[in-house]
Amino acid sequence: MSGTVTFAHTEEQALFRDSLRKFLDTTSPTTRVRQVMESESGFDAQLWKRMADELALPGIGIAEAEGGAGFGWTEVCIAMEEFGRTLCPSPFMASSVLSMAALASMAPKTGAALLSSIASGERHCALAAQELQGQWDFDAWQCTATQQGEGWRLDGVKHLVVDGAQAQTLLVVARQSDRRTLALFEVEADAEGLVRRPLKVIDSTRRLALVSLTGAAALLLGPAGEHHSGLERTLDLASIALANEMVGGMTRLFADTLAYTRLRVQFGRNIASFQAIKHRMAELLIQVELARSAAHYAASAADAGMDNLSYLASLAKSLASDAYLLAAQEAIQLHGGIGFTWDNDTHLWFKRAKSSEVFLGTPVWHRERMIRALEKSVEKSVEKSGERAGERSGERSGANA
Amino acid sequence: MSTPDRDAVRQEVRSWLEANWDPDASLIAWRNKLVDSGWGMPEWPEAWYGRGYPAELVRVVEQEFGQAGAVTGAKAGIRLLAAATLLEHGTDTHKRAWLRRIITGEDTWCQLFSEPGSGSDLAGATTRADLRGDEWIINGQKVWTTSAHHANWGLLLARTDWNAPKHKGLTFFVINMHQPGVVVQPLKQMNGHASFNEVFITDAVVPRENQVGQIGNGWAVAMTTLAHERRRADGLRSGSSDGDRRSYRRGRIHEEEDAENKTVLAPYTWYPQRAGRTDLALPQAVASGRIVDPVVRQELARLLAMSSAAEWTARRARAAQQAGKPQGPEGSLGKLVASHVARQAQKVHTLIAEGDSMLAGTDSPLQGIIAEILLSVPAVSIAGGTDEIQRNIIAERVLDMPKEPRFDEGPFRDIPRN
Repeated sequence: MSGTVTFAHTEEQALFRDSLRKFLDTTSPTTRVRQVMESESGFDAQLWKRMADELALPGIGIAEAEGGAGFGWTEVCIAMEEFGRTLCPSPFMASSVLSMAALASMAPKTGAALLSSIASGERHCALAAQELQGQWDFDAWQCTATQQGEGWRLDGVKHLVVDGAQAQTLLVVARQSDRRTLALFEVEADAEGLVRRPLKVIDSTRRLALVSLTGAAALLLGPAGEHHSGLERTLDLASIALANEMVGGMTRLFADTLAYTRLRVQFGRNIASFQAIKHRMAELLIQVELARSAAHYAASAADAGMDNLSYLASLAKSLASDAYLLAAQEAIQLHGGIGFTWDNDTHLWFKRAKSSEVFLGTPVWHRERMIRALEKSVEKSVEKSGERAGERSGERSGANA
Repeated sequence: MSTPDRDAVRQEVRSWLEANWDPDASLIAWRNKLVDSGWGMPEWPEAWYGRGYPAELVRVVEQEFGQAGAVTGAKAGIRLLAAATLLEHGTDTHKRAWLRRIITGEDTWCQLFSEPGSGSDLAGATTRADLRGDEWIINGQKVWTTSAHHANWGLLLARTDWNAPKHKGLTFFVINMHQPGVVVQPLKQMNGHASFNEVFITDAVVPRENQVGQIGNGWAVAMTTLAHERRRADGLRSGSSDGDRRSYRRGRIHEEEDAENKTVLAPYTWYPQRAGRTDLALPQAVASGRIVDPVVRQELARLLAMSSAAEWTARRARAAQQAGKPQGPEGSLGKLVASHVARQAQKVHTLIAEGDSMLAGTDSPLQGIIAEILLSVPAVSIAGGTDEIQRNIIAERVLDMPKEPRFDEGPFRDIPRN
């Protein structure tokens, strides 16, 4: 925790990036990604074990007291960027990002054991938060938790759960029936009343499941906090990590497309020499670099403890969503017909781009969240100056177009 | 030369200011003192009125001047571009003749590069210089010349060899603007301002010793000027300015400086509006109540995201530079990004102002500021290198993509032109 936002990685961070990049380039070329994405589990358990044993990767952002490497969110995001670049399917997103962020934000003490089993790579956790309705508007979530003796019973449906069918442990957000507030619960994979249906997905490198809970036994881990602060922080950290993963993906698409335009000859010249192509690449570069700046800034802001993290996270996520999709569309267009074939790798990133565009909230939703955050800070300063807050309306949800 | 450390510099400039700063001095006398002491342009070489300081020490000096409320050397207009060009390519005679009066503000300068027939293709200039005895005789027309109406001197790019290839036939001169052969006419812009001029040059005279660099080397000299122009534009975009020193500006010297600013800064009053005034978007949305409109919210968020990310990109470039890393793509994107930001800002201001976007002057929101934004933004993607040229530069120099086939090689006189 440095306290200030930085604009360049340290030597150590650069070394970490280089070594992880080398590892992933060697172990996870797209030929391998294609095999793994068609396997039943959707990830390579042996490779994940190597990541834990050789790189201590699963616990990179987990405190040393919990058996992690004790690095910051910046390092988690560096790892995400490299995962995004290679599309290597692994439990990192579900376990080391989503579950870790939820536990650290809502159950730092009660979740210690879970965190340390995530850090060692032994346990594959999944966060079941979103439901069929309401994206990440927490108030719309219906799943209920009813106390029964020492434990709890959960009833409800959780949607778009990353690795929901493969994980050994589910971390479920549910509403406590007695006080109507949200909290985080632990549900084991073999719990009775738990049904997990793998969903058919466009991006087979990121598996999703629909999770139904009917009186499933659960343990209470911790409350979502006042104004859902724990959930907000979970979403902030996860969105920042996802934005960085997206930056890795769009960077790869950009480099591959640039290389292809230099190779491809039409009308007697490299297509890279046409102004029509050059100008598109220049424009795309802008969007990629803006998204990178925002993603890196937000990661650093998380480590610096900045209090407008929700604003910065949503800013980074919305920019990355638009830039990644643009990069994927441009990559296919500039590859021409071959870019639309199954054998060409471009579609692997296109699918990740499309899937990431809406995962953890659409860019429209995140832009709305940015403005809500600004309004809150305007309100605060207005309250301070003792003025009337002015007319405020509830029409805002109209922005969820 | 070993560089002194920041604290030593801070101490030195502070005690010098304590001993010398006098708000009741005359502006010119004070600035002559700055020239003699090297505090006026600390980034300039020691041999030429400076101290050879790197950027971080220059900032220390600026901070101390700001603290003391002391007037600095003259900086407005294109004088510093002229100085940078002369420092790099001028003779000692040139430097002696012009540098001091650049800092004191006694001379103002203008840049005679663009022509009606050569804008993006600056090297296609057709203003001609012919040697007659010991004098160059200049004929042609220049355009987009800021401050030409009050400038004493002009940086002139003119063709001296019509048989050489385009870039090889140009020579760089300093021309005295106060002579019968130079006629300046204001050029009124679509936003109502007239910051620029057309300059008609007929048998104007440049003494041979006012040639800068070798005959035929004018393009390289002009490139120095333009490189400094871009660097300064980046500074303007990142929002650096002289700040608010107004509150304690009292005394003769400030009155004289204010009078000077009235003239030299006049062409630039609309420049902030040209960049879109992102800073006004949220306050205007809140004040007008339009903040409740979901479309306003979306487009405002887009603007704020883009504008912040642009700033962070510039910070990344600076951080990499400070760490001594080779420049990445982030350093070349600023101007093009600024166009995107400006266009998005004008879109947001229109969404907020709605029908009032039709109004101008004092009937327009914010006493005409909004109208000025809407009518000034189209300039940002043209001035100082069009977006199209910027994209070429990014593609060819940053991404190393191959150049387009050229149709302007060989003797200049054979090349098709306007």
